[in-house]
Amino acid sequence: MKEILLLKDGEIVLKGLNRRQFEDALKRNIKHSLSDLGRFDISSAQSTIYVRPLDDGVDFDEACDRISRIFGIVSFSRAAMCPEKTMESVLETAPVYLEKTLKAAGTFKVEAKRSDKKFPLRSPEICNVAGGLLLEKFPHLTVDVHNPDVTVYVEIRDFGAYIHADPIRGAGGIPVGTGGRAAILISGGIDSPVAAYMMAKRGIKLTAIHFASPPYTSARAEEKVVKLLQKVSRYAGPMRMYTVPFTKIQEKLRDDCPEELFTIIMRRLMMQISERIAKQRDCGALITGESLGQVASQTIGALGCTDEATDMVVFRPLIGMDKQEIINISYKIDTYETSIEPYEDCCTVFTPRHPRTKPILKFVKAAQEQANFEPLIEEAMNNLKITYIE
Amino acid sequence: MHYLDNSATTVVSSAAAQKALEIMTENFGNPSSLHTLGINAEHELEAARDKVARAIGADSGEITFTSGGTEANNLALFGAAEAKRRTCKRVIISSTEHSSVLEAAKKLSDSGFEVVRISLAEDGVIRPEDVASAVTPDTSLVSVMLVNNETGAINPVAEIFEAVRLKNKSVLCHTDAVQAFGKLDIKVKKLGADLLTVSAHKVHAPKGCGALYIKKGARILPRQYGGEQEKRIRPGTEPLPAIAAFGVACSEFEIEKNLALVTDLNNYARERLSAIDGVLINSPENALPYVLNITAGRVRSETMLHFLEEREIYVSSGSACAKGKPSHVLAAMGYSRQRADSALRISFSKFSTRDDVDALAEGIALGLKILAHR
Repeated sequence: MKEILLLKDGEIVLKGLNRRQFEDALKRNIKHSLSDLGRFDISSAQSTIYVRPLDDGVDFDEACDRISRIFGIVSFSRAAMCPEKTMESVLETAPVYLEKTLKAAGTFKVEAKRSDKKFPLRSPEICNVAGGLLLEKFPHLTVDVHNPDVTVYVEIRDFGAYIHADPIRGAGGIPVGTGGRAAILISGGIDSPVAAYMMAKRGIKLTAIHFASPPYTSARAEEKVVKLLQKVSRYAGPMRMYTVPFTKIQEKLRDDCPEELFTIIMRRLMMQISERIAKQRDCGALITGESLGQVASQTIGALGCTDEATDMVVFRPLIGMDKQEIINISYKIDTYETSIEPYEDCCTVFTPRHPRTKPILKFVKAAQEQANFEPLIEEAMNNLKITYIE
Repeated sequence: MHYLDNSATTVVSSAAAQKALEIMTENFGNPSSLHTLGINAEHELEAARDKVARAIGADSGEITFTSGGTEANNLALFGAAEAKRRTCKRVIISSTEHSSVLEAAKKLSDSGFEVVRISLAEDGVIRPEDVASAVTPDTSLVSVMLVNNETGAINPVAEIFEAVRLKNKSVLCHTDAVQAFGKLDIKVKKLGADLLTVSAHKVHAPKGCGALYIKKGARILPRQYGGEQEKRIRPGTEPLPAIAAFGVACSEFEIEKNLALVTDLNNYARERLSAIDGVLINSPENALPYVLNITAGRVRSETMLHFLEEREIYVSSGSACAKGKPSHVLAAMGYSRQRADSALRISFSKFSTRDDVDALAEGIALGLKILAHR
């Protein structure tokens, strides 16, 4: 039996004249994500995207799994293609294709969608005939039109007739790439991968920036970030990761700046370096995993001081979220287990004993300027390491 | 390369590696098979068992192969405690055991056993009288490690077990001898052990293999169920490549000669390292010389470890099984949190040289100069 995936676009349908652009991006993303599973025909019509395998023996379970993580799809159905667009063909296909599902169910109903108005039977008639047949074939079933265990959909469309059970929830959001590019500052903790995921969901194509301070941080900490980004890229698509050598800058910070301002100046420097990388990569914004009040550097005052370091827009999608809410998302995107591996990251090196929670911008700036980090920033920019995340 | 992390694992000796390869590619039968290949494999298995037994002065029938030290420790604790579950509820361990004993004991205490943890005395070892005073008529097991994996401290296990038996002669006495095996002359009868754990990869054999000595007559229950292997105490097809290599490694032991060599090296290291401003020695004076625990200034262990690693000097920041957690052993010895945070474990093998120690001392001295103090 030939199977097909019917995908429902999400918010895209609300777009006006540029709707085409969004659909094309979505189709490109689907194609890329499925490319190693075989050849697929991907086309759209009647606000549905059809994904039809061109070869036999395609791993359809894997394909469904990947589709469930592509942004821009609200829901999708795995359907059987009836060999012919006739009621007979529908009646032959439905009981065979849905046998397992219906055997596991107690109640059901049939819903028909007849967008090809030339089809001889009307929707209520299709439901009647198909429902009657299924009751006959599966005598244990009863009909429940209000709250059925399974809804059997019969879709009569322009290109054919399709049978499927309840649709599967998609990842939502809008297609990656339609929202422009932004750079995510990723440390290896719980928050930044979640922030990356959330902005990718809004259509942003990501570039990742990681700060490494060997020997204060280990090679494992960097490997951990790569692992996290691989998880995120299952949603956000392939991306580049820039590793910034940060040791000398942190050592200078320790030597030349007041201890209680370490963290705040470090974050300003991270923003400034990130801005330079972001501009090289045509990114329109920076993304961080900051959440208000979580730590000393994430108070209103500290965030204000950090923000002042860059002209770029800074997205902080987690700003109003509780830790538990963030953790819930990290479970969902499967980054939690990796995030809690116990390796030092650059944020915890030289943590001051009593960080300033209400830093005053002019003092922070003065301390930073007096130390003159520019030569070291230059040096770091010349020694960036690029890793490709697939 | 200067490999000074031999308590984490060791390089496999070429004879042992050769043996493993031979078993994998030529004599690859399943020891349980009835045909010739199986019988040949069984001969290899029994030959290895004999060599391991001989290394601890046991009968080969008293050796049960496991997947390693952790499994052997688990088998000892659960196996002994469960066997007497109905009458005996008390299990006694020391507070500085390896995590495979500590965690197993925690699980026992969760499931209704009364676990008593004996603290270190001031000299960093467990006192026999402290253990004996905790023994009651309903005690089933005492487990005290022979050599501590983080500091090299040697517990007076023979005296401890003797004192325990004076209070209650039916108690099973277990010792985790992973860090002592191949380094000290261990004889189970002299120690008075009923159960004793050893591991292959700490003695120049491959990972994935260890053994539990179970004294004839000592009754323990298995932790897993299956075929007839290892007298049903540890069923499952034996990993013969590792086991046979383990046997070979045991027959290569030269305990006295190597101990003299490493003692000399340890003295040299203590001398060189103590001369560096800021370095403190954490291992007790009379610890096993294969292990030397120090504190390097106020530089965090991990930072110094990575700094040394950049110079191809490999040490550990405590026990390799506790990645990054502060040491419970150093805390139990009464050292401050700060001192434990900057602790390094240096561990030697028969292949270590003065050159390694020189590189280490220079590396630490340089690190203390360059790296940030907290």
